[in-house]
Amino acid sequence: MSVVLPGNHVPAQHVNLKLGPGLQQLTTAGPSRIDSTVIATRAGELRHSTNRSKWWIESNSRRYVPAPQEAVIGVVTQRIGEGYRVDIGSAHPASLDGLAFEGATKRNKPNLKVGCVVYARVSLAHKDMEPELECFDAQTRKGEGFGELKGGFIVRCGLKMCRDLLDPNHYLLPLLGGRFPHESAVGLNGRVWVSAKEIKETIAMVRCIEAADPDGGGLDAQGVKSFLETLDV
Amino acid sequence: MRPPSPSIPEKEFLFSALKESLRLDGRLPLEIRTPTFKFGEELGWVECSLGKTRVLAQVDGKMVKPQPERPFEGTITIVSEISPMASTEYEIGRPSDEEVTITRMLDKVLRRSDAVDKESLCVLAGQRVWHISLTLHFLADAGNLLDCACLAGIVALKHFRRPDIEVIGDEVTVHEPTERAPVPLAIHHTPFCFTFAFFPDATTPPVVDPSHLEQRLSAGLVSIALNAQKEICVLQKLGGVPLGTDDILRLVDVAVGKAKEMHNLVEAQLREDWAGRKVEVR
Repeated sequence: MSVVLPGNHVPAQHVNLKLGPGLQQLTTAGPSRIDSTVIATRAGELRHSTNRSKWWIESNSRRYVPAPQEAVIGVVTQRIGEGYRVDIGSAHPASLDGLAFEGATKRNKPNLKVGCVVYARVSLAHKDMEPELECFDAQTRKGEGFGELKGGFIVRCGLKMCRDLLDPNHYLLPLLGGRFPHESAVGLNGRVWVSAKEIKETIAMVRCIEAADPDGGGLDAQGVKSFLETLDV
Repeated sequence: MRPPSPSIPEKEFLFSALKESLRLDGRLPLEIRTPTFKFGEELGWVECSLGKTRVLAQVDGKMVKPQPERPFEGTITIVSEISPMASTEYEIGRPSDEEVTITRMLDKVLRRSDAVDKESLCVLAGQRVWHISLTLHFLADAGNLLDCACLAGIVALKHFRRPDIEVIGDEVTVHEPTERAPVPLAIHHTPFCFTFAFFPDATTPPVVDPSHLEQRLSAGLVSIALNAQKEICVLQKLGGVPLGTDDILRLVDVAVGKAKEMHNLVEAQLREDWAGRKVEVR
C-alpha cells in the first residue's frame, strides 16, 4: 500500500491505461516527443488492478464531485419547464430532463413535486457544465431501480461509507437484512435511502449506518453487531 | 446559501416517528445529548460539543479605562459571528435570522443576566477596570447551536482566571501567573439554556435539544435559560405555535431538572480539569 499526496507522481504505465478518481494525466509537448506523466490530485491510498491497467486513489471525503455513470440520490428543488433541478450535494445543482425516465413520452411522463427524492445516474459531468441526470440504465434504457423513491428516509454519510455499502461482500446490509426485510438505495454522493416496514426498523438502519461510517462512529463489524443488539428490533 | 428544505420523505418520516415518540438518534423526546468539554492549555479555552454540534469559546481579559457613566464596573463583550465553517447556510457579513437570535440570546443569557459580577472587575475606580471578552467560534452545526454556544460561553467564563493584581495608592501591579495564582471571575450564578422544538401537529410531543433536521422542520422553538437555583433568566418563544400556560410550566419543570443535572456535570468537569493542572507553589 502506498499513500500519495496531491502533486505526487504516480508510476502508472500501461498500453491501455485507465485512470480513476484522483488521478490526472499531464501531457507536455516537447520539441521531439510528447511526455506524459500521471499525477495525483487528491490525498489517499494508491490502488491498481491486478494487471496494472486501472489505477485510482482510495480516500474518504464529504464533498461529492459528480462523475459520469455514478448512481446518486437527489432532491428535486425546482421545476424548470420540462425538466427539474435536483440537489445532489455537489457544488452545482444537477438537471434532470422530464423525459429521462423509463418509457416516458411527451404525453406520459412522471410528475415530480418539489421535495421528491429521486435515484438517478449522472449522465454528464463536465467540469464547466451543470451535471445532468437520467433515471434509466445507459445500455438497456430500462428503469433498473432508478426513479422516484417514495417513503423511507435518507441517511447522510461519508463518501467512503457509501462506496463500502455498494460492495457485495460488505457486512452491514446483509446483517440488517437478516433481522428484518428492508429496501435501500445507495447513492455515491454520500446519501443512502433506507426503508423498512416499521419506523423503529428504519431508525435502526439509520443508526447502524451512522455508527459504521468511518466519518462518524467508525465501529467495525463486531461493534455494529453488538450495537444492533441494543436497539430492540 | 440557504440549503434546500428537507425532502418530502424525510419530513413525513420524521413526523410519523415523532408521533410514536421515537427520535432518529435514539433519544427520548425529553432527553438531551450529553455535552462533552475539552479544555485547552490556556485558562478560559473550552470546546463544547453536543453530538456533532461544536462550539469553541475563549475568554480574554485586559485592562481598559471604564465608561465614564459607569466608573465602578468592568465590561464584558461577546463576539459571536457565525462563519461558513459551521454550515454552508451561514455567510460572512450577512447575518441570518438564526445568527441574530443566537447573538441576542447570548447577550441576554451571559451578560444581561448578571452572571458575572461586573463591580468585582473594577481595579481603580474611574481609571482602570477589567475588560472581559468572550469569543465564540462556531465549528459545526448539527442542530441546537444556541444551547451549545450558551453552555460553551458560561463554562469558559467559569474556567477563566485573570491575573492577580495589587493596588497601592494609585499604583497597580499585575502579578504574573508564575508569581501569584490567578483568580477566577466572581460569578453569581450559572445560567443554562434549553431549547424545545414544537411541531405543526399538536399531538406530537415537544422535543428538547432538537437535531438539525428537527429544528428545520419544527413549527416553533421555545428557549428557556435558567440556573440550578430555579431562577429563570430568559424565556424566548419563536414561531407561531399557540401554547397554553400549562404547556410552558411543564417545559419549565423539565428545564429545572435538566439545569440541575447540567450544573453538576459542569462543576464535576471543571473540578477534574483543575485537579489535572499542576500548580507549583513556591
